[in-house]
Amino acid sequence: MFASLTDRQWLWCAGGFYLAGLLLGTLSLIRGGRPSGGRMYALIAIGYSLQCIGLGIRGHAAGGCPLGNALEISQFTAWSVITLYLLVGAVFRSSVFGYFSSCLAAVITLVSLAIPSWDATRRAHIFGGNPWIELHASLALFSYGVFALLALTSAMFLLRHYSLKSKRLGGWFSFLPSILDLDHIGVRLLVSGVFLLGAALVMGSVYWSRAPETVSIPKLAATAAVWVAYAAALAFRLRGRLLAKRFAWACVALFAAALLSLEPVDASRHPAPPPHSALLR
Amino acid sequence: MNTAGFFVLGASHHTAPIEIRERLALDAEAAAALHANLAGVAALKEITLLNTCNRIEFYGVGADPSAATAVEAAFCSLRSFDREAFSRFRLRLDGRQAVGHLLSVASGLDSQMLGETEIFGQVKAAYSEAQMRGFTGPVLNRIFQKAFQAAKHVRTQTAITTGQVSVANVAVELALTIFGAVASTRVLILGAGEIGEKTARAFRSRGAAELALASRSERAGAIAADLGARAYSFEERAAILGDFDIVVCSTAAGAAIVDAAMVSAAMRRRPARPLFLIDLAMPRDVDPAVAGLENVFLYNLDDLAKIADENRAARAAEIGRCREILEQRADALWAQIEARLPNEAGPGPFAPTPPPLPRP
Repeated sequence: MFASLTDRQWLWCAGGFYLAGLLLGTLSLIRGGRPSGGRMYALIAIGYSLQCIGLGIRGHAAGGCPLGNALEISQFTAWSVITLYLLVGAVFRSSVFGYFSSCLAAVITLVSLAIPSWDATRRAHIFGGNPWIELHASLALFSYGVFALLALTSAMFLLRHYSLKSKRLGGWFSFLPSILDLDHIGVRLLVSGVFLLGAALVMGSVYWSRAPETVSIPKLAATAAVWVAYAAALAFRLRGRLLAKRFAWACVALFAAALLSLEPVDASRHPAPPPHSALLR
Repeated sequence: MNTAGFFVLGASHHTAPIEIRERLALDAEAAAALHANLAGVAALKEITLLNTCNRIEFYGVGADPSAATAVEAAFCSLRSFDREAFSRFRLRLDGRQAVGHLLSVASGLDSQMLGETEIFGQVKAAYSEAQMRGFTGPVLNRIFQKAFQAAKHVRTQTAITTGQVSVANVAVELALTIFGAVASTRVLILGAGEIGEKTARAFRSRGAAELALASRSERAGAIAADLGARAYSFEERAAILGDFDIVVCSTAAGAAIVDAAMVSAAMRRRPARPLFLIDLAMPRDVDPAVAGLENVFLYNLDDLAKIADENRAARAAEIGRCREILEQRADALWAQIEARLPNEAGPGPFAPTPPPLPRP
């Protein structure tokens, strides 16, 4: 039965498990309890496994990292978020962090699947058979996953900050991690994101210096602007100029801007032939 | 009805005022003497004494109802308490009701401070002591083990123990939501007020990295020594404020002793680390404008009392659910015990060993 599932069906199943995590957490919070960390982790891990299968099928058909259209970029970003959650989530010791991660992953995966035009066409051979460009693209998108997680922790920081300032500490506010822990994790994620995106840009710039005509200026400007903005935020944070609530707001705003930058990045790619039958079977 | 039975006999804050409980309380020597007396009661098979500041209760298994009467007589005689007078304050339950009572006590549902968890440890210590001395047998062993399981279940499956209900512990809990762990925090106490001292002790017991005291009071030196805190002069407070994560204010000053300018200056030295100010003084020690500063969290006595009240109300709202769980467990347990009671009760009389029982 499983062998007959298409890549999209696997991805739908993955989105379903992320959604189940979201519903489980919401139900627990409505009942006034803490979402079960173990169950949340299990649901997300199953969703992640299914997403790996779906993306694996697409990658196998494409002969590379599946980043050929808006659906794949969205799926890869959600995959990056969950990869990081599964790796560092245990450090938080907070099922609420899993809840937020499953919210984000469910929204990204299900919305991207629900919009047919995002998967109507797929650009083939976008990496020109160059593994370095493929690594550049996947690293860049992985860094977006890191920034997505940073936006999540920043949102949790803002909620915790609000609860402490407004002295509303009961209900589901009580399940949030401490404000200092959130701040520390935020800084670490920002350092990781800036490093990963920086590495991706260095790899891309080597390719661009050899064949400048293959890279559009809007794409270059958008990605460079995202990196500069995050690097500036990091510099201000480390120098003590951008702290606490303002730092958290900056991280949320920067992620919104980073998402907008995906449009010029995606549009800069070369037109491609109609989708491969194996992909939309 | 079985002639052999499980009973609870004693007095608690529900049945007796504090002056009566003081008269009834048993120290280690008296407890040992009582056990020695009870060793001669043939009908008494098993017994455990729970002796806390709010209750003195005997949980026993007797071959017949005379066992409980004998325990009461021996206890009243030892405390020189008239039995008729004792009957006015007495708690006496048998069988299923006694089982239900033990489950409530172990779960903190019968405590003065609803949902407190200290009683669980006290019941456990009382049982361990009795078990070690050979005072328990198959019936008490089963009942107490099941009571511990029930108490753990109630604690984990309901919100009966969530949220602190004393001002000092609420302050510590708030510090956890800011710093994650108290062990990494440095605490400064301004003033030598009683409530400030209690709060300092709460931080000390949770392992605060450093405690310091700055006060004009003559008691300051003694309190600092008692708390294991470093002493500063009160006038140094502005200079050292930035070195601490948590500042507890409880002076008797007539006006604010910590203002926004002072805190702003302190925050410039520690911009990335939050500052938690706990103002327990009346009139207030900290200028309310401080609350508007970035990365500064200010809570006064009313704020903490309100949180404690909310936590208390949240616990109270869980009582029904807890009782339902405990009733079910007590029914199931009693059904098992009742069927086996005549055969399973220990051979009795129990044989107390010489060392006295310490007061839990």
